[in-house]
Amino acid sequence: MTNTVVAPDSREDRAKTAQMSDRSRAEQRLGQKLVLPAVIMMLVVTAFPMLRAIYLSVFDYSLTAPDDRSFVGLQNYTTALTDSLFWKTTLNTVFIMVVTVAVELVIGFIFAMVMHRVIFARGIIRTSILIPYGIITVVSGFAWQFAFSNSNGFINEWLPWVADSFNWFGQYGSAIAAIMVSEIWKTTPFMSLLLLAGLAQVSEDMIEAAKVDGATWWQRLWKVILPNMRSAIMVAVLFRALDAYRIFDNIFVMTAGAQGTGSVSFLTYRQVIEQFQLGIGSALSVLLFLSVLIIAALIVKIFRVDLAAARQES
Amino acid sequence: MSAKNKVLTVVGALLILVWCLLPVAWIISLSFKSQEAITTGSPGFLPAEGGRAGWQNYVDVLNDEQFRRAILNSIGISLIATTLSVVLATLAAYAIARLEFKGKKFVLSTALVIAMFPVVALVGPLFDMWRTFGIYDTWLGLIIPYLSFTLPLAIWTLSAFFREIPWEMEQAAQVDGATSWQAFRKVIVPLAAPGVFTAAILTFFFAWNDFVFGISLTSTERARPIPAALSFFVGQDPFNRPASLLAAGAVVSTIPIIIIVLLFQRKIVAGLTSGAVKG
Repeated sequence: MTNTVVAPDSREDRAKTAQMSDRSRAEQRLGQKLVLPAVIMMLVVTAFPMLRAIYLSVFDYSLTAPDDRSFVGLQNYTTALTDSLFWKTTLNTVFIMVVTVAVELVIGFIFAMVMHRVIFARGIIRTSILIPYGIITVVSGFAWQFAFSNSNGFINEWLPWVADSFNWFGQYGSAIAAIMVSEIWKTTPFMSLLLLAGLAQVSEDMIEAAKVDGATWWQRLWKVILPNMRSAIMVAVLFRALDAYRIFDNIFVMTAGAQGTGSVSFLTYRQVIEQFQLGIGSALSVLLFLSVLIIAALIVKIFRVDLAAARQES
Repeated sequence: MSAKNKVLTVVGALLILVWCLLPVAWIISLSFKSQEAITTGSPGFLPAEGGRAGWQNYVDVLNDEQFRRAILNSIGISLIATTLSVVLATLAAYAIARLEFKGKKFVLSTALVIAMFPVVALVGPLFDMWRTFGIYDTWLGLIIPYLSFTLPLAIWTLSAFFREIPWEMEQAAQVDGATSWQAFRKVIVPLAAPGVFTAAILTFFFAWNDFVFGISLTSTERARPIPAALSFFVGQDPFNRPASLLAAGAVVSTIPIIIIVLLFQRKIVAGLTSGAVKG
């Protein structure tokens, strides 16, 4: 391990930090030195490209005609914000995010309750629940696309009220449903594992006490279990919501954006990588980043939980 | 537990198993259907009579030069990114868990912001920059973004683990006559190893699963990883995807993940939950 060389010194440093200010300064420097490589690495691929995206977003810049780059001010943003396609994809992305996170929260909680209670086959269940989490999203996208397909799939055959020839990818409603099924299948396990960890932190004594006081199962759930899991639920919802808002792989594989199923990420990708429109694509990138920040701020505000306290040192 | 509760739990457990394994069983079933059966349209879960292909799809996929390259690219890139990420994250997490220094909050909040970052927002500028630096469509061009995006998770998981280590034990070993180096190596390293290992698995999962960088920052089989290769794998007829071949490729690309999950199930659960909830 790489930090072994410095460790023994710092161990002694720490013991005497209280009195000796030069020791404490040495500890400061050591700490900063140790985190520096990681911080640089994180910023190289995020902060710098983000600044560059902001810079490029005020130019009319296409890679097919790189010499014609010209400053256009905020015109790319007005183009994006007044384009109905942008709003359609945004609405679609928000819709996917709200539905998938809501469904996942309910199913994930039920799964977590089962995993919390189950005494037999614990290992098997935990192993299986990690399989959707570990599988490549592209693979699960293909699996579900073929499952819904009317020429190779089994869904039409299994669902008695659906005609065998029904084309799920022929119109918006059913196409988006198929995409959401794939997304929900893949990410519910993650949600349920986070909720399971939250559930484990609710004290059994409190639940027992409520039982003795005559609270019904439903009352215990709403008055004791859920309030005590609040920060776990918030972390799970926040992470899944932000993740769902970036949805890309499933859409790319399953519909390639047909029938109006494209997401904001998909639209941005199209502009930049397929059409080489770096100017407008960068403006879309900035808008995408801003919307993620807004969603994060909203969720933190709604749940009124101090995120730093939930994630960092107590 | 009452009898009714017991039944409910069993039903719930079975439901979880079906949920997790049905699509996997489906893709395996698909990979054993013959290509003729697929192109003529053969709906249904299991291969129909006469529509079985045996191992033919697997033979075809493994004989495909592009697919083999993609597997090699994915393994190489993911392993290198994982190693580097874990080394950097170990340094950072050690400092966060044990030292007092200015900027600790900054590191943790930077990591948090990056974990939320919409990856697509970066591919434009990165595409442009990587072409300028000449690392577009190379292993390095993918390793760097994977490194940056796995660091937050690795730092959280590791600092959560490191905080649980009873560091006094090292001092106790020194009192017993070990040198400080020996004390660290014999006491702390074995305790920290499972955490480092967990962070490595989670990092590997991320790199193996990535799609956005994989399709945006590569253009040939020189560096294209497996998820991107699968999505571009259309066969002779672009209007009729070779579903059974793709399924075989998908199964092959899932095998490493399944092996890791089978071997290290406990550690992955611990890592996912300690990094995210306990923190």
